[in-house]
Amino acid sequence: MTEQSRVAALSNVSLERRAWNIRRKALLMGEVQGQGYIGQALGIADVLAASYFHALDYRAEDPEWEGRDRYLLSIGHYAIALYAVLMEAGILPEEELETYGMDDSRMPMSGMASYTPGMEITGGSLGQGLGIAVGMALGLKRKRNPAFVYNLMSDGELGEGSTWEAAMSGAHHKLDNLICLVDFNDQQADGKSTEMLCSEPLGDKWAAFGWHVQRVDGNDLAAVVEAFDAARAADHVGPRVIIFDTTMCKGVPFLEAREITHFVRVEADEWSKALAVLDEGKPA
Amino acid sequence: MTMNSLARKHEPRRVIPKEERAATSAMIASLAAEGYDTVSAPFGHALAEAARKDDRIVGLTADLGKYTDLHIFAQAMPERFYQMGMAEQVLVSAAAGMAREGFLPFATTYAVFAARRAYDFIAMAIAEENLPVKIVCALPGLTTGYGPSHQATEDLAIFRGLPNMTIIDPCDACDIAGMVPQLVAHPGPVYSRLLRGKVPSVLTRHKPDYKFQLGKAQLIREGADVLVVSTGFMTMRALDAAVALERDGIGVAVLHCPTIKPLDTATILAEAGKSGRLVVTAENHTKVGGLGEAVAGTLLSNGVTPSFRMIGLPDDFLEAGALPTLHDMYGLSVAKVAEQIRGWL
Ligand SMILES: Cc1ncc(C[n+]2csc(CCOP(=O)(O)OP(=O)(O)O)c2C)c(N)n1
Ligand SMILES: [Mg+2]
Repeated sequence: MTEQSRVAALSNVSLERRAWNIRRKALLMGEVQGQGYIGQALGIADVLAASYFHALDYRAEDPEWEGRDRYLLSIGHYAIALYAVLMEAGILPEEELETYGMDDSRMPMSGMASYTPGMEITGGSLGQGLGIAVGMALGLKRKRNPAFVYNLMSDGELGEGSTWEAAMSGAHHKLDNLICLVDFNDQQADGKSTEMLCSEPLGDKWAAFGWHVQRVDGNDLAAVVEAFDAARAADHVGPRVIIFDTTMCKGVPFLEAREITHFVRVEADEWSKALAVLDEGKPA
Repeated sequence: MTMNSLARKHEPRRVIPKEERAATSAMIASLAAEGYDTVSAPFGHALAEAARKDDRIVGLTADLGKYTDLHIFAQAMPERFYQMGMAEQVLVSAAAGMAREGFLPFATTYAVFAARRAYDFIAMAIAEENLPVKIVCALPGLTTGYGPSHQATEDLAIFRGLPNMTIIDPCDACDIAGMVPQLVAHPGPVYSRLLRGKVPSVLTRHKPDYKFQLGKAQLIREGADVLVVSTGFMTMRALDAAVALERDGIGVAVLHCPTIKPLDTATILAEAGKSGRLVVTAENHTKVGGLGEAVAGTLLSNGVTPSFRMIGLPDDFLEAGALPTLHDMYGLSVAKVAEQIRGWL
């Protein structure tokens, strides 16, 4: 199947339903380990749904297809979320869901390129993705390959100097094939990003670095889709960034309410409760 | 389980039946205590205690306060705690700056991020100036199943090459609590590995009067057939293996060597020089450039040449998975330590 026929075949499934499926798979994986970066997965599900079912060009049956848009997961700990969407997209087999984080799994807790089809880079040492994305964008231009490079990163990574070296580099080299996606969930390991090392005014910073900037509600699918379209179409001689304000644990209110959401505690009996809450809001 | 490789990622995997599953040990997990009592957050408590007596002490972290037990210090004296955000380079540079202004900074992160990301800053801003910055890092060696991004398998090798640096790999809660005041008293820079969360109490169980001494290796138990020179939590593994081997009539002495640099060469030479014993080093670190090679170099250059073997991690990027599985796979578990020693006799 080509990517075009795939899109046609799947087009009767709404993006809302894709996002819901991603959240559900992530919860099921979390339950397997009894732990995990569930707050992140629930928060970024809408962005991932729009990425893989609206914006990206890829072939599920050939994840290394030369013409694919590159999608880099700089934030290795978000792997649970990417596995969910890779399964939803048919790149990873759903039968392996219960191997998540287990010995000899293709889905380790921190994302690694050598383990997983569809995982472009080994993330996890945070602050490395954008620099690699700059290099891939340069490489694609040299090859006259029209694909885009997307780098999915976190607000925590805005603290790393390497992020801003890469930001300056991407603009200097006029990389209009580079799209950076920032998950601004105002959360890091020790607390709220804005209270620890504040990156605001964030849009102004990227703009001053020479980037085309948008900032949208990352849990509003229509706005997310529009932002992807605008980023690709922008009449701007340089890279593009979309800052997504997201809510940790989105879709499971009793988890959203938890104070510590970076590594949210979910008790054994709460997984089924979380799934039940999610199921109530199942979209068509 | 075989090594993961680019080719293997296309091989489907089977689902492990529920009753056989071992979850990946996340970074919040404490090191399995295996029958030893544990102490909660010994580093955080010891630092708060030391800071009450010395107002030069400040604590800095790069978004890993909770994960290095520094949050205990932060709660005890919030006005002396600096949250630097996830920015390891400015973490250590700023620590250097505070040291220049007369303060005594303890900076914490994970071992990988100090050794890899912040290395140049540590080398030039701290070590070259011989400033009293104490860098204390969680997740040493193979203590997480997250894979190479979080497994600091070569940190000791990296820092051993750095002049002026004192390097410590503590075994247990007693070492950690004991080292803090000695780091404060020590005038130069220090890199120390850290165990955090619920940390086992091991050494005083085997040697009731044990006390950490900076720069000293100490014999924890005697034995006639084998001398294990070990560091970090591998001393715990060596002691447990020694108990197991004793049942087979094999006498294993354990020399605990928490200070990697400067190495206590006098004690090591004296113990290794006692004739007839196989000398085995044991470390939670790659065999390249760690304790094993340091001991080997010391012995050879002093003409002491016992039979010699090394226990440590291979020269490889390690796998992800459950920690007990990985410790078995890479030879760090008690059973594997005992098995290796048996095989060499
Ligand atoms: C270079 C680096 N420093 C520290 C860490 C440890 N760490 C893992 S996740 C994390 C929080 C980073 O912020 P963010 O990604 O925004 O966190 P989240 O939104 O997932 O809570 C930290 C400090 C790391 N993985 N890499
Ligand atoms: Mg965040």
